[in-house]
Amino acid sequence: MNTILEIKDLTVSFDGFRALNGVTTKIEKGEIRFFIGSNGAGKTTLLDAICGRIHPQQGTIVFNGDKNIMRYPEHKLVNIGIGRKFQVPSVFTSLSVHENMEVSAVKKRGICSSLLQKLTRQQEQKIDEILTLVDLKNYRNKMASELSHGQKQWLEIAMLLVQDLKLIMLDEPVAGMGRKETTKTGELLKKIAQHCTVIIVEHDMEFVREYATKVTVMHEGRILDEGSIDQIQNNPKVIDVYLGRGGENCA
Amino acid sequence: MTTKTFFKTPANRIFFVIILLLLLAPLFLSVFRINLLGKFIAYAILALGIDLIWGYTGILSLGHGVFFGLGAYAMGMYLKMEAAHGRLPDFMSWSGLEKLPALWAPFSSPLSLALIIIIPAILAAIIGFLTFKNRIRGVYFSILSQALSLIFVILFIGQQAYTGGTNGLTGFRTMFGLPLAADNTKYLLYYAAIFFLVIVYLYCRFLVSHRLGKILMAIRDGENRVRFSGYNPAAYKIFVYVSSAVIAGIAGAIFVPQVGIISPAEMGIVPSIEMVIWVAIGGRGTLIGAVIGAILVNGLKSGISESFPEVWSYFLGLAFIIVVIFMPEGLIGLVKKYSTRIAWRVKKEKTAEKSPSIN
Repeated sequence: MNTILEIKDLTVSFDGFRALNGVTTKIEKGEIRFFIGSNGAGKTTLLDAICGRIHPQQGTIVFNGDKNIMRYPEHKLVNIGIGRKFQVPSVFTSLSVHENMEVSAVKKRGICSSLLQKLTRQQEQKIDEILTLVDLKNYRNKMASELSHGQKQWLEIAMLLVQDLKLIMLDEPVAGMGRKETTKTGELLKKIAQHCTVIIVEHDMEFVREYATKVTVMHEGRILDEGSIDQIQNNPKVIDVYLGRGGENCA
Repeated sequence: MTTKTFFKTPANRIFFVIILLLLLAPLFLSVFRINLLGKFIAYAILALGIDLIWGYTGILSLGHGVFFGLGAYAMGMYLKMEAAHGRLPDFMSWSGLEKLPALWAPFSSPLSLALIIIIPAILAAIIGFLTFKNRIRGVYFSILSQALSLIFVILFIGQQAYTGGTNGLTGFRTMFGLPLAADNTKYLLYYAAIFFLVIVYLYCRFLVSHRLGKILMAIRDGENRVRFSGYNPAAYKIFVYVSSAVIAGIAGAIFVPQVGIISPAEMGIVPSIEMVIWVAIGGRGTLIGAVIGAILVNGLKSGISESFPEVWSYFLGLAFIIVVIFMPEGLIGLVKKYSTRIAWRVKKEKTAEKSPSIN
């Protein structure tokens, strides 16, 4: 079995409005899967449902072959290997870069271990490795609030990387980034994908074209099409509802 | 924590100096002033607890007067029983009670002093569980904590036969056999207050200087990120709320024998807000700011209200506005800002001196 996440017939409605309507898809290990679609298509809702922030009315989400993660407590997802990055960079601004990493790196997260256990040398090494990977090693002791927007995004990605995850979900990681930063983030994603599966919600079509292994197009809570980027781009329905609309310069 | 690492933190050095000054104060001040200062130390302990929950964790509790009051009442009930010498406490007979209520029975034993800690801890654990588990946060929690304070004031005023009503508990005579009116007892209580201030400060410093302190700040900065990093923020919040409530209870118990009275007025909404203001003025999230803020504001309060009793509340309001607008990090923030500038300049000069030898 190479499927890491299997979503079946997922339906979410808010007061009668169907944000997701029978979404079914399979994500394979090692994929970089992009979810695209216009605003309100249900992309972020899908991520929220996977990570337990909202409770779907119908359907199943199975992780790693056998684990049904519907209604799984959010703070326990990390333990089974699922991590999530939010749209706005959410790093801990009053802690230093290293402290941000420290909080993320530890495996025992109870109150007592937070008081008594120090980082092991292995964990320290790992933090260093990952900070080097995201080019933040020299900012180790800087406060996170002093970082630029792009650096904050990378720090948050680094905080996910240090947790040994199997599946990482990113919500618009390159929004607000310049070309150079976007490219750097893309290269980072490629490296990440060597060890784990990545799900990304993104609007930047150029970015999608460059790094996606598979793309899912969503429209009004349903999956419109799914496949390689070429297949997607040639689907007249997709062009009609998404790519054609103001996406001319992108498509 | 070793002594060496303890003194590495500038805040701890300042705290050490403050403790020295407090220890030496009886050489310069009258018993009356020392007694007053002892009361401020009780407030400083209380402020430490508020700094822990508000300054570090970002939870604004506007009902800490309740926990202070519960600790104070536990101590007051014990002292009242001691003063009654096995008879019914005076106010009960005035209210027409003929038998000691079961609620009061344990307070004839000094063991009941454990309730100073236990009662606030249990109450905070229950409220914390109900609110934080259900993700009630921000201003909603603040409003809820205010309601809590209101409920307790009404309850304590209403149950006059059991609590002494609006007048509260007073007319204490002795504590562990020592007459409370005697100067020596007052000095003793003063030094006991300093002792507890040191203990509570060390406890808070212990918490915040370990990873736990960073997690508390992380909860303040981004609770969702903390949750998706695998921590259960509710557990941490309950822990810090209980810690802070227990500290408030201890403060209340130190307050009572020195001041000689505890009434519902001390646990209401207004004093609860004042407590938060001390921490804001001193500087939150530093521990030392809370201590300085509490002692300074209350010192000014007694100074100003002795000469101009009408203007005090205007003064406090003004001070709060000035702090919020001009020094969001309080007095300590101001000191930090200037001291880093000076330290930076000193460092620059030093490196300038050193550089020729490197070359």
